[in-house]
Amino acid sequence: MFSILQSLWLVFLHMFHKRETVQYPEQKNKLPTRWRGRIVLTRDPDMGERCVGCYLCAAACPVDCISLQATEDENGRRYPEFFRINFSRCIFCGYCEEACPTYAIQLIPDFEMGEYNRQNLVYEKSELLIDGPGKYPGYNYYKVAGLAIGGKGKGEAENEAPPIDVKSLIP
Amino acid sequence: MLIIFYIASFVAVIATILVITQHNLVHALLYLVVSFLAVAMVFYVLGAPFIAALEVIIYAGAIIVLLIFVIMMLNLRQESVAQEKQWLNLQIIVGPVVLAIILGAELLYMLSFEPTSGLEGNVIGAKAVGLSLYGPYVIGVELSGILLMAGIVGAYHLGRQKKKVTHRFLETQEE
Amino acid sequence: MDDATINQLLIIVGVLAGLLIVAPGLIWLERRLLALWQDRYGPNRAGPFGLLIVLADTLKLFFKEDWTPPFSDRFVFTLAPGIVVVTVLMSFIVVPFAPGVIVADLNIGILFFMANSSLGAYSIILGGWASNNKYSLLGSMRGAAQMISYEVFMGLSMMGVVLLSGSFSMHTIVEAQKGMWFVIPQFLGFVTFFIAGIAETHRLPFDIPEAESELIAGFHSEYSGMKFGIFFVGEYLGIILISTVTVALYFGGWLGPSFLPPLVWFILKTFGFICFFILLRASLPRPRYDQLMEYGWKILLPLTLLNLVVTAGVVLLNRGI
Repeated sequence: MFSILQSLWLVFLHMFHKRETVQYPEQKNKLPTRWRGRIVLTRDPDMGERCVGCYLCAAACPVDCISLQATEDENGRRYPEFFRINFSRCIFCGYCEEACPTYAIQLIPDFEMGEYNRQNLVYEKSELLIDGPGKYPGYNYYKVAGLAIGGKGKGEAENEAPPIDVKSLIP
Repeated sequence: MLIIFYIASFVAVIATILVITQHNLVHALLYLVVSFLAVAMVFYVLGAPFIAALEVIIYAGAIIVLLIFVIMMLNLRQESVAQEKQWLNLQIIVGPVVLAIILGAELLYMLSFEPTSGLEGNVIGAKAVGLSLYGPYVIGVELSGILLMAGIVGAYHLGRQKKKVTHRFLETQEE
Repeated sequence: MDDATINQLLIIVGVLAGLLIVAPGLIWLERRLLALWQDRYGPNRAGPFGLLIVLADTLKLFFKEDWTPPFSDRFVFTLAPGIVVVTVLMSFIVVPFAPGVIVADLNIGILFFMANSSLGAYSIILGGWASNNKYSLLGSMRGAAQMISYEVFMGLSMMGVVLLSGSFSMHTIVEAQKGMWFVIPQFLGFVTFFIAGIAETHRLPFDIPEAESELIAGFHSEYSGMKFGIFFVGEYLGIILISTVTVALYFGGWLGPSFLPPLVWFILKTFGFICFFILLRASLPRPRYDQLMEYGWKILLPLTLLNLVVTAGVVLLNRGI
């Protein structure tokens, strides 16, 4: 009996407590930087696309919402011809980000993607690509990879010794 | 007032007939409730508002609820309705709603515009009922009290649960 | 029509309109107050202070599909929601809002209220039975048992007031409280009456017939659209009814210091009780079914009987002297 009255009184006192509610559209929560929200494609520091069209993200995606087609430019650098993410299927698990070998695909803290038309949730490459390096500033895949590509020969990458001529006898 | 009395009695008779002719038991009980309400109305018109209220509280409110309770537990299906239909083939034409609406309209009219007075002009209030119950009829009250007491004791006896020894060592010893 | 008839009609229409406006308004009040006591805001978007949520909710209920399940007993299924509203509205006939503002000052006022509340049990029983659904049936059986058993000492607890005032008429009872509100000599009666009242309106913590966490929605699981809405309105009307009757019987009805008109006093007191109903909902958990019945029959019934006997003795002694 006493405990009932006590709980009534305690609940009554909650009238004067601070509200817990966040009045969302006007007042926004600060999201952590690792928040898994909208997916973006990032660029190198020198503004080249990071994506090399390896299809690993599409393979890792548990709901098969990523589709892309790889192609090459005249320098032999691979890039996606189209890159399409269907956000009406995406579950924001972040597996694509983990699978990506070049840090191209990243999830950013932004979740306000509501649409009235379902078709608008299918994002094309033009909507996905951003003009920046995202979470890994300064990282340039082609500058550290051993691959010879337009303008950069073998052994010219960072932390890479020039190739050894195995046919020469001179040490 | 007289016309109200006749309407209420008419409703009571019709509802009681419908109780008998209904196929569905719950529907029949609903008509029985309407019949009780009509009888309560008759009591009211005759100048016994106390009895009218008790009629509704005890008969319509408590006893029929218990009856419906039992019928709900019986789990009657469509077959039993069909069986009843075979026995008695009559279409449901007038629902208890119509009858209840007539009664309700009467009651509202009376409550709002007519002073409480009996058909012959003598109203028996709650006080008079109490005085006669505890005056000339006190033996009847006491006797019914004893009867109800017996009922309560019997219900307690039937509903009593034997205390079970739940301890696993003691249980083996009991056997 | 003479003046008395017009006056009477005005009172009837006024009471009806007032109730039917206030009852949906309680949707807003309840949600705001619950939020207040749970550190939230509640509905505050539609209109000033979210008041238009009432309109939105009502419109939503109107436009929802009004579905009658094919396995139900159509006739009883449709009848059941009506019963609760009709019986509760009928009970308001005997509630005295202010001196003279009463639809009918019956000399059996309290009994009339009891009769209607006992008829109200039918809506739960029939609604649950007609739905032809296991959960509904369970809910309605619980509801019937609860309402019948709590009605017993609801009536008995009110008898103390009747003894003190010597009348069943609500108007006379309020008049008899000029010296002292009955809540002081009849405190036990007030507590038991109020508990029985909560059980009678099957509000939390005694919402055993609905018990969302056990029985989906209990007796109105199968109801949708406006039929559900009518059950909803009936529940809110029940809250108002129990609050008004408590005020009239124990808290001096319209009596109060004369700087406010009597009607305002009555409404203020009633509003306080409505808020208390909501506070109960916000803070107390639902008891188990057998606990509820045990509590009713083993604690509250002896208490009310004791209260009745003591009151009768005191009244008799005073008369004798």
